[in-house]
Amino acid sequence: MTAVLEARDLNKSFGAVTAAAQINVQIEQDSVVGLIGSNGAGKTTFINLVTGYLTPTSGRVLYLGREITGLNPRRITQLGICRSFQIPQLFNSLSVSENLAVGVGIAARSTRRDASDGGQPAQVEQLIERFNLRGYAGQLAGQLPEGVRKLLDIAMAVAGRPKVLLLDEPTSGVSAEEKFRLMDMVMGALTAEGVTVLFVEHDMEIVGRYTHRVLAFYEGRIIADGDPATVLNDGEVRRYVIGMQNQHKEAAGAAH
Amino acid sequence: MKRDRTLLVLISALVVLLAIGPILPQWAVSFVSVVLYLGIVVLGMALLMRTGLVSFGQGLYYCLGAYAAGATPELIELVDGFARGLSQPHWAPVRLVLNAFTGALKLVQTPFGPSDLLTMVMAGALLAVVVAAVLGLLLARYRGIFFAMLSLAFSMILYGLLVRTSELGSTDGFGLSVKSFAGIALSTHWARDAIYAFSAVTAFACAIALHRYLNSYRGRLASAIRDNELRVEYMGASVRSLIHLNYVISAALAGIGGALMAATIGHVDPETTANWTTSGDFVFITILSGTGNVAAPFLGAGIFEAVRTFALEYVPNTWQMTLGITMLLVIMFLPDGLWSMFVRRRRSA
Repeated sequence: MTAVLEARDLNKSFGAVTAAAQINVQIEQDSVVGLIGSNGAGKTTFINLVTGYLTPTSGRVLYLGREITGLNPRRITQLGICRSFQIPQLFNSLSVSENLAVGVGIAARSTRRDASDGGQPAQVEQLIERFNLRGYAGQLAGQLPEGVRKLLDIAMAVAGRPKVLLLDEPTSGVSAEEKFRLMDMVMGALTAEGVTVLFVEHDMEIVGRYTHRVLAFYEGRIIADGDPATVLNDGEVRRYVIGMQNQHKEAAGAAH
Repeated sequence: MKRDRTLLVLISALVVLLAIGPILPQWAVSFVSVVLYLGIVVLGMALLMRTGLVSFGQGLYYCLGAYAAGATPELIELVDGFARGLSQPHWAPVRLVLNAFTGALKLVQTPFGPSDLLTMVMAGALLAVVVAAVLGLLLARYRGIFFAMLSLAFSMILYGLLVRTSELGSTDGFGLSVKSFAGIALSTHWARDAIYAFSAVTAFACAIALHRYLNSYRGRLASAIRDNELRVEYMGASVRSLIHLNYVISAALAGIGGALMAATIGHVDPETTANWTTSGDFVFITILSGTGNVAAPFLGAGIFEAVRTFALEYVPNTWQMTLGITMLLVIMFLPDGLWSMFVRRRRSA
């Protein structure tokens, strides 16, 4: 079976800084993949390379076996790779349902799937239901609490009917109590849509609970790739990625 | 289905304008005509503003519309002459485009002849659309102050060109008169009424068309682009082509407005059309009106014309100050324009 998404020898450098180095990875259909790494490790660069925001210095990106290297974000989105943003990118002067209607409308236009999928208003309603946004539907996006903005941002990415969804830190800016509720909701909605998901995350509990596979980034390279239990316990990953957290735990353990 | 109140308001306005036309005194007919053609131009400005853009050079298309209305035969001759000058083979594509353009102008002018009101408005719209389609390729890449200044620059280039073109009357411009409507010959008296009625119908048609456009898929994307271009691209739509389209639509409206102005006033010159003060007036009226509804530009144009007329009448030396104070009051108390007075608790959910 061909991978839904594949990176071959992907490199990206900004002057002397290497943001991606020799990235080789294949993502299987319907998998949920966590991207971890400290700040500046190359996670977001990887997302930007895949979605066409950045053009790789060398290497290729393949989507369903088709070369998409160098295409612009619009074209890549039309092919079925959508993303959400670390800082929600919304239409602040429009209401929640208008935001979703724009997303659904664009997707219907660019993929011409409209006729077979029922009406666009029905799809907006479905998204509002799935992401539990009912109470906010008429409110302006600019006036929403941060957690809800995050949800709407993800819901808008899903409105594009993606086959692959890249979430950039879906739980950043969301309070600790709300994180799991949010992820349950998001993952529930995405499983229902049959979407392959890659997400960047700093909270290892979230990574451990929701992913099938973890890619650990360090200085632009992937230093570990495998199931969550293996990767999260890998020596290098603990040193370079989780680092401080574990030292705290060990220190706390030693004190007892 | 929810009844469309905008549609009802516009239809009633049209019916009233047409019904009272014959009994209005001359000054009122002139006043309404001015409001109508200014309003049509401002419709386009409002569309741009919804997309997040302010053009300080809409006078460009207003001027092109006016000149096309008054000088289609001269214009065809000028462009044809220019195209003939490009005789070298590598200019062939440009010549082809220019020939296609003059061909279209000739086609527009064929059925009713150059002094026909219908020809004038169609030629005005056509010229504006063609120029906007070309300039839009460049302008759609710019935003904010750069878009505003670049559009201003283009309008001033046209101003400079016209001032130096003696075939088109240079700084004096030229006079014109409407001799027929759709082939029906009109006496001087009837021409005035025909222009008034046709202005009302055209304004109505433009407002309805824009209203429908704003409620369409592309129309709704305008606000989305103003809010967040990055997201629009990442949803799979092209920001640049949409801005280009809206720019062309706004130019078409300005061209139609300019042509109606030329027909109404009977005279065109560079100073009152392409000069930046005219473009400034359009920005002024747009801010005065607000972008909330397609009826707003006509309301704004009405207030603008009324203030200007009365100020000129009663305080002739300080009429600009009166306009300035009006603007100040609107910005302070109605930042979303006059139309916000009619919007009550919208989006209070």
